[in-house]
Amino acid sequence: MGKTITIEGVTRIEGHARISIQVDDKGKVQDAQFHVTQFRGFEKFVEGRPYPEMPSVMARICGICPVSHLMASAKACDDLMAVEVPETGVKLRKLMNLAQLVQSHALSFFHLSSPDLIFGMDGDPKLRNIFGLINKRPEFAKDGVLLRKFGQEIIALLGGKKIHPAWVVPGGVSAPLTAEKRETILASIPDALARAQRGLESFHEVAEKFPQEEEVFANFPTMFAGLVTPSGGLEHYDGTMRFVDENAKTVAEFSNPKFYSDFIGEAVENFSYLKFPYFKPKGYPEGIYRVGPLARLVVAERCGTPLADQELASFRAKLGRAPQSSFHYHWARLIEILYGIETIKKLLEDPNILDTRVRSRARPNRLEGVGISEAPRGTLIHHYKIDDNGQMRWANLIIATGHNNLAMNRGVRQVAERFVNGHRLNEGMLNRVEAVIRCFDPCLSCSTHALGQMPMHIELRGPGGELFDELRRS
Amino acid sequence: MSTATKPTVATVWLDGCSGCHMSFLDMDERILILANAVDVVYSPVVDPKEFPASVDITIIEGAVSSVEDAHKAELIRARSKFVISLGDCAVTGNVPAMRNPYSPKELFERAYVENATEPADANARRMKLPVVGVPALRPHATPVHEVIKVDLFVPGCPPPADAIWFVLTELLAGRVPDPSALTRFGK
Ligand code: SF4
Repeated sequence: MGKTITIEGVTRIEGHARISIQVDDKGKVQDAQFHVTQFRGFEKFVEGRPYPEMPSVMARICGICPVSHLMASAKACDDLMAVEVPETGVKLRKLMNLAQLVQSHALSFFHLSSPDLIFGMDGDPKLRNIFGLINKRPEFAKDGVLLRKFGQEIIALLGGKKIHPAWVVPGGVSAPLTAEKRETILASIPDALARAQRGLESFHEVAEKFPQEEEVFANFPTMFAGLVTPSGGLEHYDGTMRFVDENAKTVAEFSNPKFYSDFIGEAVENFSYLKFPYFKPKGYPEGIYRVGPLARLVVAERCGTPLADQELASFRAKLGRAPQSSFHYHWARLIEILYGIETIKKLLEDPNILDTRVRSRARPNRLEGVGISEAPRGTLIHHYKIDDNGQMRWANLIIATGHNNLAMNRGVRQVAERFVNGHRLNEGMLNRVEAVIRCFDPCLSCSTHALGQMPMHIELRGPGGELFDELRRS
Repeated sequence: MSTATKPTVATVWLDGCSGCHMSFLDMDERILILANAVDVVYSPVVDPKEFPASVDITIIEGAVSSVEDAHKAELIRARSKFVISLGDCAVTGNVPAMRNPYSPKELFERAYVENATEPADANARRMKLPVVGVPALRPHATPVHEVIKVDLFVPGCPPPADAIWFVLTELLAGRVPDPSALTRFGK
């Protein structure tokens, strides 16, 4: 007779995600599930609303990566209108998208994950957070806070506010960039680069201390997926969607977004509100793949900017062409921060970035449209159908974090297999189960809310519900 | 870093997009000041613990959408001296309430039956609707004050960091703030 261990929200206050682990009589792990516990219904409730509203409505899926939803949504609308966005409009959208990449990665690394690395996986849970960090490593914490600010300020300069700007619209953007704003952003670049580089140095100082974590943090062969430029470089806004195998060999590619459903299926499991996308040609669950910073650095040949490429070279020299451990998401994320800042500079130095033709106008010319872009956490797909009046009839959304759902579930199981043994529970196990999920930086607000750190109250119960053991973090 | 005399602050997400919490973080350098002025005892950004027995100021983001949200709201009220509804979702229902014209059944049919491919048979998918270890939806998403008493409303989607800073510093100074000059609905 087996038992189920439930890790859930403390007093159900924070239970937007929970974990169940099943053990057999001998205390050996049989299975594990990561439950996402929030459901919002965007795919249905947009019915009847005018399509130009979509970017603003869809951005409200997530306050951490609203710009990603703006991009994918606006691109689906461009497709409905069958228009080409003016060159400068595209560049300005890319600029905002990268600003968000930098701020979101800074949040994930500095605010949420670095406390584990700085205080240690077994460090005092009371201190292991951004406020503890402010006390212990004030300069390091400040770098994180100000890097995030760097990205948010660019978004506000372009779109008028930091969160949920209304500036990205179907056909382009609503206002051009001014020379003055360009100078303001350019002036903040050297400082941001220095902070990002210091962050990398601090990461390298501590990363070596986690060989066990590297070994079992969702460390298994899977496919990887993400967008690439026509020449195979790193890409976040547009491009070819590429799937590669565990050796980084290309398995499939498509450049017209409308073909996504030939490659990606979505599975339903009764234990989670978050669906499980899979690579269709391989079936479910064999078609497991990963997305996000690590996956993008596997599918792309190169970053295409000097500092990021230099760091990518050491990354590959050390870990190989396709690192399998999800622990390496952290390093990949820091490389992308460098890439983001360098590319923002490049875009701003482009002579036509101040061009005032930034928006194309049209009525809808198609009844169906698809937009794909890369959110900080991975590929994001918006697919809309409208009627002749331009009213939404249907939507399908595949959220970045969803693609990693199979890998996160399997990763939780892998960590549990290593650390859960017998009928006793311990804090080290609990913390590492949190930390493996945190590697993926799941944008749980896209699906739930547990921002990085999971609330922990573990109960080990027998088949009749009797309590065997209990562990509470307070 | 904690002393018994510092006021305690908790921040909670119900059904929102986390944008209100991100706006809280957008206080940037002021977060460093806040870290010394208050104890953030419970929040998604600190290592979570049981919601403390007594908290001075609790900030709620998001509408009440699931049975779990409602349960949390009641617990928060019982244990907090001052409760703030932060952002349009908490104040009016906003985006989460856009699902209200549809029944949960219709919403699930779209998400898990129509827009899914595995299991291959639609009826088999219908049998697999998420029910294990996930909270049930309430028929409607509602503003927080329909479930519990709220002491201060701070609208905005999200309210700007300046408004959040103003509200917190005024409260800490012992005054009841009026944030209407700094934020409004839909801002
Ligand atoms: S009020 Fe706006 S920013 Fe705040 S949670 Fe709701 S949608 Fe997000």
